[in-house]
Amino acid sequence: MSMQVRKLSYSLAVNEALKQIMAVDKEVIVMGQGVKSPWYVGNTCKDLIRLFGEERVIDTPISENAMTGAAVGASIAGMKTIIMHPRIDFSLYAFDPIINQAANWSYMNGGRASVPVVFWLVINRAGEQAAQHSQALHSLFSHIPGLKVIAPSTAYDVKGLLISAIRDPNPVVFIDDRWLYGKEDNVPEDIYEIPIGKGIIRNEGTDVTLVSSSFLATESGLAVDALKNEGISVELIDLRSLKPLDYDLIINSVKKTGRLVIVDGSWKTNSISSEISAVINEKAFGHLKTPVSRLNLPDAPAPASKTLESEYYITKEKIVTAVKTLLNI
Amino acid sequence: MKIPKDIIVRLYRTMLRIRLAEESLVDPIIRGEIRTPVHLYSGEEAIAAGVCSLLNREDYIYGNHRSHGHYIAKGGDLGKMIAEIYGKETGCSRGRGGSMHLIDPDNGIMGIVPIVAGTISLALGTALASKIRDDKRVTVTFFGDGATGEGVLYESLNFAALKKLPIIFACENNLYSTHLPISEIRVNENISETAIPFGIKSIRIEGNNVLDVYESAKMAIEQCRKGEGPVFIEFLTYRFRGHVGPDDNIQGSHTDIRPKDEIEKWLKKDPIIHLNKIMLEEKICSEAEIATIHDEVQKEVETATQFALMSNYPNPSELMNYVYAG
Repeated sequence: MSMQVRKLSYSLAVNEALKQIMAVDKEVIVMGQGVKSPWYVGNTCKDLIRLFGEERVIDTPISENAMTGAAVGASIAGMKTIIMHPRIDFSLYAFDPIINQAANWSYMNGGRASVPVVFWLVINRAGEQAAQHSQALHSLFSHIPGLKVIAPSTAYDVKGLLISAIRDPNPVVFIDDRWLYGKEDNVPEDIYEIPIGKGIIRNEGTDVTLVSSSFLATESGLAVDALKNEGISVELIDLRSLKPLDYDLIINSVKKTGRLVIVDGSWKTNSISSEISAVINEKAFGHLKTPVSRLNLPDAPAPASKTLESEYYITKEKIVTAVKTLLNI
Repeated sequence: MKIPKDIIVRLYRTMLRIRLAEESLVDPIIRGEIRTPVHLYSGEEAIAAGVCSLLNREDYIYGNHRSHGHYIAKGGDLGKMIAEIYGKETGCSRGRGGSMHLIDPDNGIMGIVPIVAGTISLALGTALASKIRDDKRVTVTFFGDGATGEGVLYESLNFAALKKLPIIFACENNLYSTHLPISEIRVNENISETAIPFGIKSIRIEGNNVLDVYESAKMAIEQCRKGEGPVFIEFLTYRFRGHVGPDDNIQGSHTDIRPKDEIEKWLKKDPIIHLNKIMLEEKICSEAEIATIHDEVQKEVETATQFALMSNYPNPSELMNYVYAG
C-alpha cells in the first residue's frame, strides 16, 4: 500500500474514486444522463466506459424518475449504484425514488433491506443560467430522515467521501459543485475513506467561528486569509457532510470563540444555516457574545442577468463584510 | 389438460390461502382491532397465484398497496404478514410498515409500497442488476390500472425494451382506480396496447382464470430467462371488496359507486370457484379432498393469527431503530 500523494484536481479526484472502486468491486455501476459526455460531466467520468464497459456505465435516456428508481432498485438487489444528474434541478423529477422510496426503505421495512445508492447531483450555477440550472437544494435533502448528504470542497475530501458514500449501506446524496472542478489538492494515490458526518477545522482561530461547506468553504477560506491580514482570527469549519451534521465540532468551536457566522449557499428560510443557528441556541447559548449571523442566498430564484447574479451569489467580499459586521468593525 | 394435476392443486391451495387469510381480517377491521389501511385482494387471487407459482425463490417481485396476495404466493410467511398488519414486532417489517409495506428479500419479495407505480422503476433496477450479473433471475412488478396514469410506467417500458431487461410488467386491471372507473381515466381501455409502441411483447388475458394466468406467465418468464426482453401482461380482473377495507363504507372513503349488477357479474367469475369446478369436472380432486385442503388452510390461517395476536408490539424505546441501515 503506497501512500504516495500528488496534486490532483477535484474533478479528477472524483474520476479516480470511481475508477478505483469500480476496479475492485464489480457490483459498482454508474448511470445517468450524460456520463459519456464531457459537456455534461467534465472529466469526472473519463475512461469509465473504456475500462468497465457500457453495461456498468450507462448513459441513460432523459427519464430522471425511472432512471433514479432503477438505480434504487439495482441497489435494493445489492448493487452499489451511482446515479448522476448533471443538474441538481433535474433530480426533482425523481423525488419519489429518492425520498418516498430510498430514504424510507430501511425504516418502513423494519431494517430488513437497505439501499446502498449514491445520488450524485451536480450544481453548475451562474453564467446567466437562471432558476432551473442549478438550484441550492442541499438543505432540502438534509431535511429527510434516512438520507445522508455530503458536500465536499476539496479534491482530497471528494475522493474519500465518495468512496465512503459508495460503500455506505444507506442512500447518500452527493452534492457536487462544478465551480470546484479545477481546484487542486494533495490526493493520495490509494483508495481511502473519509467518514460521513465529520467536519474539519480548516483554520484555527479565536475571534469568531465561520461555518461553511462545498464551494463556499473555499470562498470562506479566501475571506479568512483577508481577515487575517486585518488582525482578525477566524476559526473556519468546513462541514463536508450536511447530514449527519457534525454538531459537536461547531458547538465546541463556538464555546471557544463566542461568535458564529454561517455561510450557506442555500436560501435562508429553513436552511442548514437555520438548523445550525437553532442548535447553537439550544446547546451553546450561554457562550454567545453576540447573536448568530447568517449569510445565505436571498429567498428568490436564481436570476439570469449578470447584474442580478452578482447581487444574488455569495462572494469572498460579502463574507468578509459579514464577519466584520458581527465584530462591529 | 397440459398443466400437471399437482400444479393445479397447488394453485388452488395458494388462492385459498390468500382468500382465507384476507377474509380473516374483515372482522378485526370492523371491530377496529386492525387499523393499518388494508386493501383486500379478494377476487384477484388467480393472478398472484398463477404468476408466482412459476417463479423461483430467487426471482424478484414488487407489489403495491394491494399486495397481500403477491406476498403469500411468492412464499412470504403468513404469520409474519398478519403480525405486520396488527403492527407487531414479529411482523415482516417489525411493525414499522403495516399492510402496505410487506417484505421478504430471502423469498424475492423485494418491496411493496402504496405510491402508485412506485415500484415499477425499482423493479426495472433489479432487472437491470440481473442483466449485468447475468444471474438469469426474472423480476415481476405488479401494478393496477390506476398506475397507467403515471409517467414513470412509460419511462420504464422504454428503458426495459431498450436494454432487453428480464422484467414482466403485470398490470392487474380491476377496472377501477380507487373510485374512478377506467372509462373516466383513459380513452383506450385496452391497457395492453400501451406497451406495443415501445417494442414490448404485450398480451391481454382473463385474470380470473388461473390456468390462463399460468400459461401466459410461463411464456413471459421463459422469454425473460432467454434474455429476449420484457413482457407486458394485462390481467382483467375485479376486486370483490372496496378499495380499502372490507368495503369502502367501513375503512375508506365512502366512494364505492360500482354498479350492483357489475359486482354480481364478477362474483360469478370467482377464480377459486372457477378452479374448484374444473378440479371436480376433470376429476383432479374429489369433494372430500378439496374439503381437506380447506380445513388445512383454515388451520394455517388460525395458527398465523394466533402467532400475530400473541406477539408483542414494538417497544416505544426502539422508535428510532432502522432509520439508517448498518
